[in-house]
Amino acid sequence: MALTAGFFYLFAALSVAAGVMVIVAKNPVHAVLFLILAFFNAAGLFILLGAEFLAMILVIVYVGAVAVLFLFVVMMLDVDFAELRAGFIKNAPIGLIVGGIVLAELILLFVGRGFGVGVAQHPGAAVAELGREASNTQQLGLILYTRYVYFFEVAGLVLLVAMVGSIVLTLQHKVGVRRQSIAKQVARTPATGVEIVKVPSGGSVIPAAGARS
Amino acid sequence: MTIGIGHYLTVAACLFTLGMLGIFLNRKNVIVILMSIELMLLAVNINLVAFSYFLGDLVGQVFALFNLTVAAAEAAIGLAIVVVYFRNRGSIAVEDINMMKG
Repeated sequence: MALTAGFFYLFAALSVAAGVMVIVAKNPVHAVLFLILAFFNAAGLFILLGAEFLAMILVIVYVGAVAVLFLFVVMMLDVDFAELRAGFIKNAPIGLIVGGIVLAELILLFVGRGFGVGVAQHPGAAVAELGREASNTQQLGLILYTRYVYFFEVAGLVLLVAMVGSIVLTLQHKVGVRRQSIAKQVARTPATGVEIVKVPSGGSVIPAAGARS
Repeated sequence: MTIGIGHYLTVAACLFTLGMLGIFLNRKNVIVILMSIELMLLAVNINLVAFSYFLGDLVGQVFALFNLTVAAAEAAIGLAIVVVYFRNRGSIAVEDINMMKG
């Protein structure tokens, strides 16, 4: 039990410290790297909570995809990030006031509730049909693909729309680049592709412009 | 000392507040604002998983999974918009994003 508590405090302290560094880091690349650290420590917290599948998904999806996407964008855009930090100190007091009020309210809420009075006496009994011996991934799959299968499909649809949307947003057609147009090639007929000219004897014919486009 | 649900909720509250504070502090930088939103979503996920564990109900983890889906989609779309905006205007400062202001 003491080991669990120790790991909890380790992961919690590291994730909160990494969160602080995300918002105060001068270099956005460092901010992204601290975001990755925060995600890793949150994955550790998930493992302490017995949610191994979500922990792995967090590492794969967030660290492997989202954070790398952030890193790409930060490095791709040629922005003067020092200039973007101009109002940092000016905005700090109101941010600290609002943030402090929200944090105090939230923690007072938990303290007022006696830190978890009213929740189950047997934590970790997140059981599906298979019972305790099944792994977390198996239990999650058992209810995700049966009772929540429509939600699962909608989640896939959300990802599809996001994919199509981001491709449509960022795709750009450069002018001056000659691409293959299959529709144009298929629509070619002998009438448009071939031109028969009568060459007078002793003369020459310059083909009409556009006939061989 | 045993770790109760309050501990996890406190960590999540700290992370959520940090995300909110990040939006206040980095008012000009869209990318850091998006990262702060990711922090807030992470805090929500910690809450969901903690309640799932302490209430003995797996639905919280299912919901956290959908939350991750939406967060990933949001990050992809948001960053695509940032890239397009930078391509068009050459800047991503928040106060420059006022083309639609009447």
